[in-house]
Amino acid sequence: MADIVLDQVTKRFPDGALAVDKISLDIADGEFVILVGPSGCGKSTTLNMIAGLEDITEGELRIGGKVVNNMAPKDRDIAMVFQSYALYPHMTVRDNMGFALKLAKNPRSVVDEKVNEAARILDLTQHLERKPANLSGGQRQRVAMGRAIVRDPSAFLMDEPLSNLDAKLRVQMRTEVSRIQRRLGTTMVYVTHDQTEAMTLGDRVAVMRNGLLQQVGSPQELYDRPDNLFVAGFIGSPAMNFMPATIDDGTLRTPLGDAPLSGRLRQALEHANAPRELIIGIRPENFEDASLAGADAKQNGIGFRATIDVLESMGSDVYVYFTKEIERGVDAAELAELARDSGRADTGGSGDTVVARIDAATRIREGDDAELWVDLRSMHVFDPSTGRNIALGEKDSGAAPGGAAAGDAATPA
Amino acid sequence: MARPDTGKKFGWGAANTIAVALTLIPVLWIVSLSFKTPAGILDATFWPKQWTWSNYSGILQSSQFIRPLLNSIGIGLIATVIAVLLASMAAYAVARLDFPGKQVLIGMALLIAMFPAISLVTPMFNIERALGLFDTWPGLIIPYVAFGLPLGIYILSAFFREIPWELEKAAKMDGATPFQAFTRVIAPLAAPGMVTTAILVFLFCWNEFLFAISFTSTISARTAPAALAFFSGSSQFTSPTGPISAAAVVITIPIIIFVLFFQRRIVAGLTSGAVKG
Repeated sequence: MADIVLDQVTKRFPDGALAVDKISLDIADGEFVILVGPSGCGKSTTLNMIAGLEDITEGELRIGGKVVNNMAPKDRDIAMVFQSYALYPHMTVRDNMGFALKLAKNPRSVVDEKVNEAARILDLTQHLERKPANLSGGQRQRVAMGRAIVRDPSAFLMDEPLSNLDAKLRVQMRTEVSRIQRRLGTTMVYVTHDQTEAMTLGDRVAVMRNGLLQQVGSPQELYDRPDNLFVAGFIGSPAMNFMPATIDDGTLRTPLGDAPLSGRLRQALEHANAPRELIIGIRPENFEDASLAGADAKQNGIGFRATIDVLESMGSDVYVYFTKEIERGVDAAELAELARDSGRADTGGSGDTVVARIDAATRIREGDDAELWVDLRSMHVFDPSTGRNIALGEKDSGAAPGGAAAGDAATPA
Repeated sequence: MARPDTGKKFGWGAANTIAVALTLIPVLWIVSLSFKTPAGILDATFWPKQWTWSNYSGILQSSQFIRPLLNSIGIGLIATVIAVLLASMAAYAVARLDFPGKQVLIGMALLIAMFPAISLVTPMFNIERALGLFDTWPGLIIPYVAFGLPLGIYILSAFFREIPWELEKAAKMDGATPFQAFTRVIAPLAAPGMVTTAILVFLFCWNEFLFAISFTSTISARTAPAALAFFSGSSQFTSPTGPISAAAVVITIPIIIFVLFFQRRIVAGLTSGAVKG
């Protein structure tokens, strides 16, 4: 077991492309850290550098206190699970799992014992003599995990290990990975592009974009207090709704309606020297059917009418989609990238569709001109030019646990 | 609808029959000649009037044929082993690494494969004599390796390209040195490709005639195809048609067996990389 420290680690490819730009990240011993981001953000390159499969251009990488920049992968005492599993097709499951131990010249009895133990944990005992080609996707995935487990390494690296599984199996294996990590207590770095995996698995999540670390924190922290537009849009499903807003005479004018600026938000805006044109972000669960919102809750938000385009019933909740007339669309590079990554740019969904998650008790139907209500206490306010979350205020002052930073951003409309 | 189909089938059948007959008749003719007595050679019948094994027993007792046959097998095997070993390393580099001059290397390999061998015979004859390689096994093994390599590099690099790179990374993570990763993970997976290459290189060595006849002067290194040309009749005035035919049949039999056994492999080798980019 060991901690992993990335100190200003940079990767520049021979063709000049900067894949990872000065990433600094401390991963504690036994911690489960997720690297998440859209494709091409440098998360896999970062993992490969930790593994030793890619050279580090600049910076320092320490595992267990030792600088390992120039150490071969085999001397780093880490195991890796690949997206394709990379099982050796010509070996049985037993040989696949025991390969590393055999290379390390362990006696046969030790190899057998460790392989049997790992097979028992992963429920692979009856498949030990089979070849990978004869296994199902989930079994192959478990063999890949087993190959890492038998070595009892100081850290596990996982490169999108679940992305080749079907949706149902992925959820099962997600729980399994979590269980194994808790049981072994081994440091784990896990790369994924799936924000749900990131939220459910990690102790801490590191969001990356274009080779830069955007924010590191617990899943809840990233969800409640995103540092910038990108993190806000990436974390959460369905994604946060973004709308343009304008500060005008002490009033916040949004496409949903106007609200007076609360004292606290005004201070934050002044402090950040914010422009008058802003982007506001509202999570789908901050909306409610106006008839179901409590009277006191109503004081903290604004009501508005909207025509419901689509209604999706999830059983426990209902997702409603509506469009708001927006003269000036939200225009930010971060959001354009998120749209590309999620495929929204290809499916032609317009940027100004708003998603709201409301109580299943609602009577709203598709096509209704419904009365909705939005809670503005947990609204996020971003500077369109820098993408920073203004309402968080200064970094150190925003450390209060729980609670939205933009709390009481607005008083009743 | 049935009529054009049967017509088509008949047409193709006839075309195939003609093609097969054209290629097989000379072979059958040689077989027929090999069973004829010296007197019957010129009797203008396809079917021998008088069958004899004497041509076969004659050549199999003659050191003029047995020694070249051993040369053929030895030279062929050694050249094949060397060519496959070198080609697998070169092909691995071509498939996996980006190094300066890679395209030049591939181009050169192709160039060598296309080079008319006859233009090399005279300079190589002089080089081999100067180096003392003339009429020795290495004198043939070296050019055979050189001509077998391009073929091997092409076939094997296609096979290596189909092996996922992640397997090698996984082996590295499992603690393998690059050499162990190659010998224990990559090479076993490329084994079918290596076998295919070996077969094709061996066939090339076995059939080669030009170098074999140019770089040898005695039976100490002469291979079987070349030795055939030096058969002599029982007297100066009898032609050795019967023994030559018998020897030709003998050296063809291993090839036929080979091809029947490894047909699929050979086709796979010749077409690998042709479909999958």
